[in-house]
Amino acid sequence: MLSLENITNTIHEWLNATFNPTLALLSEFVLIGICAIALFAMLGLSLVLMERKVAAYMQLRLGPNRVGPFGIFQTVADTLKLMMKEGLTPDGADKFLFNLAPFVVMIAAMMLLAPIAFARGFQIWDINIGVLFLSAVSSVSVIGILMAGWASNNKYSFLGAMRSGAQIVSYELSAGLSIITIVILTGSLQISDIVNSQENGWWIFKGHIPIVISFITFLIAITAETNRAPFDLPEAESELTAGFHTEYSGMKFALFFLSEYINIFIACALGATLFFGGWMPFHIGHWEAFNQIMDYIPSSVWFMGKTFFLIFLLMWFRWTFPRLRVDQLLSLEWKYLLPISMINLLVVTVMAIMGWHF
Amino acid sequence: MIEELGTTSEGYMVINIGPQHPATHGVLRLVMTLDGETIIKTEPHLGYIHRSIEKMCESLSYRQFVYVTSRMDYLSSHMNNHGCSLVVEKGLQVEVPERAQVIRVLMDELTRVASHELWWGAMAMDLGAFTPFFHSFRERETITDIMEETCGARLTMNYICPGGVMADLHPDFQKRVKKFVALFKSKFHEYNELVTGNIIFQNRMKGVGILSAENAISYGCTGPVARGSGVSSDIRKLYPYEVYNKLQFDEVLETGCDSFARYMVRINEMLQSIKIIEQLIDQIPEGEFQAKTKAVLKLPKGEFYQRVETARGELGIYIVSEGGTTPYRIKFRSPGFSNLSALPHLVKGSKIGDLVATMGTLDLVIPDIDR
Repeated sequence: MLSLENITNTIHEWLNATFNPTLALLSEFVLIGICAIALFAMLGLSLVLMERKVAAYMQLRLGPNRVGPFGIFQTVADTLKLMMKEGLTPDGADKFLFNLAPFVVMIAAMMLLAPIAFARGFQIWDINIGVLFLSAVSSVSVIGILMAGWASNNKYSFLGAMRSGAQIVSYELSAGLSIITIVILTGSLQISDIVNSQENGWWIFKGHIPIVISFITFLIAITAETNRAPFDLPEAESELTAGFHTEYSGMKFALFFLSEYINIFIACALGATLFFGGWMPFHIGHWEAFNQIMDYIPSSVWFMGKTFFLIFLLMWFRWTFPRLRVDQLLSLEWKYLLPISMINLLVVTVMAIMGWHF
Repeated sequence: MIEELGTTSEGYMVINIGPQHPATHGVLRLVMTLDGETIIKTEPHLGYIHRSIEKMCESLSYRQFVYVTSRMDYLSSHMNNHGCSLVVEKGLQVEVPERAQVIRVLMDELTRVASHELWWGAMAMDLGAFTPFFHSFRERETITDIMEETCGARLTMNYICPGGVMADLHPDFQKRVKKFVALFKSKFHEYNELVTGNIIFQNRMKGVGILSAENAISYGCTGPVARGSGVSSDIRKLYPYEVYNKLQFDEVLETGCDSFARYMVRINEMLQSIKIIEQLIDQIPEGEFQAKTKAVLKLPKGEFYQRVETARGELGIYIVSEGGTTPYRIKFRSPGFSNLSALPHLVKGSKIGDLVATMGTLDLVIPDIDR
């Protein structure tokens, strides 16, 4: 059976047997770094292609189908084109901040890959505050966006950045509160603990209606946090042309674009980990035979399947709903989502204390 | 005074929407004074696509000038040609054969449906929903295919000419129109499911861009914009031309006065146009498609005026003739210009997002406004 854990263990043992421990550790760092960058690029490319194919399917089109079979190399070609383009810096821009902003957004997105458990025993860094780390670092990207909007010296960018600031700061709250419901049930912030706690059933099934509510809140909040339609106000193309990245071109634009997709992946991976058991296969109570069949499917396939299902949901939203207005966006959060998630948190706490969940 | 780029003396931000901007659907420029996201003042600036069509028409003969008008409101080119042909026929006192009249009305209504389809998709796109655009174009393509087959062009058809129509209908015309009507009816529920019933869409539209009936009249709004405020302004009903007085159809009136009312007027107008098409498609009389006219048309000395209902409202054509082969003076009263003039009033105090949504419900075609 394909197990990523075995591969990593083999590499680890071979390195330690061949080199001295310091060199082995250093080469492991390098390998992890290469893997993270490769994953970043691969995810960006495949998600853009997936978005275009999903959009095409919803819009009675075919989507990219010229470069390679089913157009799978279309995004590669697009990236090559963007790399060859000139990265313009406008005259009136704050040059240092303008050029720094895409890297801030990208580095924040890449750091988020660290605590995600991709498969059984396949995780870069099983930090004991994993969930907190994810929600904290994901807020760093708003600094990059504000930086981009401010430094561009363009009014459209500025309005977009201001919208983005208001939006991400507000929706962090209900995203955080819905994450806390799972943390209360699990009693741990560590990703591996959260996944292991779902061995006999995922939280979305074990946690009754309150967890379903917090999942829906989470889904809405991550849609807003990743600036996706119907909450794509920071880059509302019919209002602000391209919002905060109006002035960016070439690879600098591509970094914003790619990190948006990485953020979607991270947010959906977090959702899959918290509510759908991460890499944990689908288990039903004491049905041993059924559970063993489910175990036979590799854990990485389970994780990716759940994550891509959630990503598909977000894409479905994007290609179906119109955009909200800025005041409606904020009133949705402060008047509805935040009170609901607060009450929901209380309910979940009571549920956890009384042990009413499965 | 507003500085061109910067802030006003009160500290408000001045921002240029257009002339190149995705929401203006053309080269309209709006200079907006903003307090944060709230609109304090909007100034439309015109003239970026002015082609002096009225002046051009003065040097063209009465047969030729009709074709230039296809380029004004390119989404209702049949109606523009129709109005021009009617005013020339009025001057010449030519009786148009009944077959030509029916064909003209059929073409007008097909164009109206096509225009409203495009408006529906484009307006949903303004609100950030891309998918409706492709769904509306699925039906619109069938109309343009019908037009291509009979008129030889898909957008600026130049099919209606003084005296009748350019050529007879294609033999497949009736069959294909019936096919289109069936397709439209089977797909129409998708429009309501995808957009009209959407809670986000309704929140964006209801109570936004209020245009009272008094203001609609004083700004000279016509067409769906006026009818959304409950002002009866359908030229087809009020001043019937061709065979419209023999047809069964309703003037769509909404009393909501907001963006949603204007939206509903256009949605229901599509159904009324389909109703007209259904009535006429089996009743196309046999006979000539063009009246016998002289090779060189000369209008008698005098003034002639004719109005038609385009997809956007009332189009008036005013010709002053000195008795020559070309008009002495020609003036178009375009519906888009008057509707646009209401925009600064409509969006005052609302957000930038509302500007885009309200502008969408006005259904502006910039070449029609600038001419």
